[in-house]
Amino acid sequence: MTGRAMPIVSGVCERVARQLISFAGIPVLFSLPWIIPEPSRGPILMHLHEYQAKAIFSAYGIPVPEGQVIRDATDAVSVAGMPGEEEWIVKAQVHAGGRGKAGGICRVAGREELVSEARRLLGMRLKTSQTGAAGLPVSTLYLERPVPVERELYLGALVDRGSERVVLMASAAGGMDIEELAREQPHAILAEAVHPCAGLRGYQCRNIAFGLGLSGEQIAEITRILRSVYRLVLEKDASLVEINPLGVTPEGHLMALDAKVDLDDNALYRHKDLASQRDVSQEDSRESRAREHGLNYITLNGNIACMVNGAGLAMATMDLIKLHGGEPANFLDVGGGVTAERVAEAFKIIVSDPGVRVILINIFGGIVRCDLIAEGIIRALREVDLQLPVVVRLEGTNVMQGRDLLAQSGLEVRTADDLAGAAQQAVMAADSA
Amino acid sequence: MSILIDAETRVICQGFTGRQGSFHSSQALEYGTRVVGGVTPGKGGQEHLGLPVFDTVRDAVQGTGADASMIYVPAPFAADAILEAAAAGIRTIACITEGIPVLDMLQVKAALQGSEVNLVGPNCPGVITPGGCKLGIMPGAIHRPGSVGIVSRSGTLTYEAVHQTTKCGLGQSTCVGIGGDPVHGMSFIDCLSLFEEDPQTRGMILVGEIGGNAEEEAAEYIRCCVKKPVVAYIAGITAPAGKRMGHAGAIISAGKGSAKGKIAVLNSGGVEVVRSPAEMGACIQSALGTS
Repeated sequence: MTGRAMPIVSGVCERVARQLISFAGIPVLFSLPWIIPEPSRGPILMHLHEYQAKAIFSAYGIPVPEGQVIRDATDAVSVAGMPGEEEWIVKAQVHAGGRGKAGGICRVAGREELVSEARRLLGMRLKTSQTGAAGLPVSTLYLERPVPVERELYLGALVDRGSERVVLMASAAGGMDIEELAREQPHAILAEAVHPCAGLRGYQCRNIAFGLGLSGEQIAEITRILRSVYRLVLEKDASLVEINPLGVTPEGHLMALDAKVDLDDNALYRHKDLASQRDVSQEDSRESRAREHGLNYITLNGNIACMVNGAGLAMATMDLIKLHGGEPANFLDVGGGVTAERVAEAFKIIVSDPGVRVILINIFGGIVRCDLIAEGIIRALREVDLQLPVVVRLEGTNVMQGRDLLAQSGLEVRTADDLAGAAQQAVMAADSA
Repeated sequence: MSILIDAETRVICQGFTGRQGSFHSSQALEYGTRVVGGVTPGKGGQEHLGLPVFDTVRDAVQGTGADASMIYVPAPFAADAILEAAAAGIRTIACITEGIPVLDMLQVKAALQGSEVNLVGPNCPGVITPGGCKLGIMPGAIHRPGSVGIVSRSGTLTYEAVHQTTKCGLGQSTCVGIGGDPVHGMSFIDCLSLFEEDPQTRGMILVGEIGGNAEEEAAEYIRCCVKKPVVAYIAGITAPAGKRMGHAGAIISAGKGSAKGKIAVLNSGGVEVVRSPAEMGACIQSALGTS
């Protein structure tokens, strides 16, 4: 909030100035760290596959190469095409970048090669620089006609938290890792923040067009593409759209050779058609199972599992474990209503991680009283039949009743009086396990 | 004194007759908050919790003289509720609702530009002036009127700071949970500047987390404009890059927004940053002295 009946202070002035600057369309380079696309696989964004994103691009009039989806190697036989048109790019559909280097994208000539590549890729787990050691399963291939290009550009759009605007970005250095580019040559990235009231203006498109060194008919082409991308962001609640690369053909036309679209999970309620395109095979199975139960879970590498109410406190609990020499096995926020059902489900998810040696429960009982939380934990522990040591730290309303209930339950639960003590006990238990 | 709200604040609840609205309104009443009514479209003229229900915020303001609102309507309708409250002249709006689409918030922020509204949240516990007014979902009983101003991006971690400052006898002037969403209302700086002006507040605790650069901006502001002692804790020093830690805003991207970076900038701004969340209370106590 900037306008309040108070002496205006310099920090606020700065912020106003920044907003004015971004409104005027000057590249918002000062907030660049925050206009870098986030290559995350997390619970708050829903990722689309390239083929799904390109279908949306087509619907918005953004030019893409001719393409076809196959899920079975025998499908490849029927799509091999007419003589003379038998060259294809075969692209594994996984939620990660770095596919090319990992062998997930290859060029084939003729039906035989196509079928054998399809056989090789379908059903494998593709490991790229972004997937981790386990890789991601390939169950879908996207086949495209090769398109010759003379130049590769970068185009992106995202919601920038710093300027609180949708920001369109472009760079003449397409095809390259945009984060690396932003770090090393921030001035090579053009950025235009769009005021929600004014919308994307012609001058902003021209700034990008001329900034990219385009000319003639290309100015109109990139303007059409930019307007489509902006409209797509608004209409589909996309948090990130990336075209990397945007190819320039020998004839001078522009074409989206790759496509990345991430959707705002919070807005999926108004996009049922898109929500149904979620590919859970690309997500960590524990993480997607947690999401189904309204829990927020992220797998980490340590051996001390945490169960906490509230995201901030959950992070703080992980930090405390580390501070006392331990390693957290996960981030887990059980949310506001700590019920026996949710706690039980959380236990089940935690114990499915074979690396876990001890469980640390840290609950600040606010509105939900500690005695009710303790009852929930006890019921859940009996239901799940847990073999691991459990350290519980309860604080808040009715804390003494809660601790008494745990102590009298006959279960092997260690209670801790404070935050630091809880972390210490958990680390000790993990070390001796 | 306090900031934003006090015992005189006249509060309405939007989403009054719903499950959340009913529960937290009765909790607020129990705490002694002057809840004067509520809004549920279509139920105007009824009575709920012994208070009048109105169809619109405008009717509620006319009927009760309300100047603050707490919003518990579901996410698809929350942006509308914020703008309705602002249009009706409500000055302090706490939006508790989580899961509001970020594009909705972009529009809300643009629409509120230049207005005198103080929007707290969304996706936050709200704001409380202990002993005076509870505008949100925080447990009232852990608070004590006192001298520490607390501003936080997190819910339960705010309660930790409250609990610790209550235990060490300092108490709180006002606690503001600004919320974990990337696009939200009041910032750290907005709250720090109010605390700096507030005579009851002797020092501040800032609870930040990974993601964004709000903590870095706050550090810059504290360096130039805050004389009172500020203690900070930043959650997420162990969080891996590229993973969203629960809050939509809590993510380290391209090496930016890390806890380490934030701690370094806050330190250079003269802020004492505690490594352990268990030390927030002790640290502000020693910063304020025992007097």
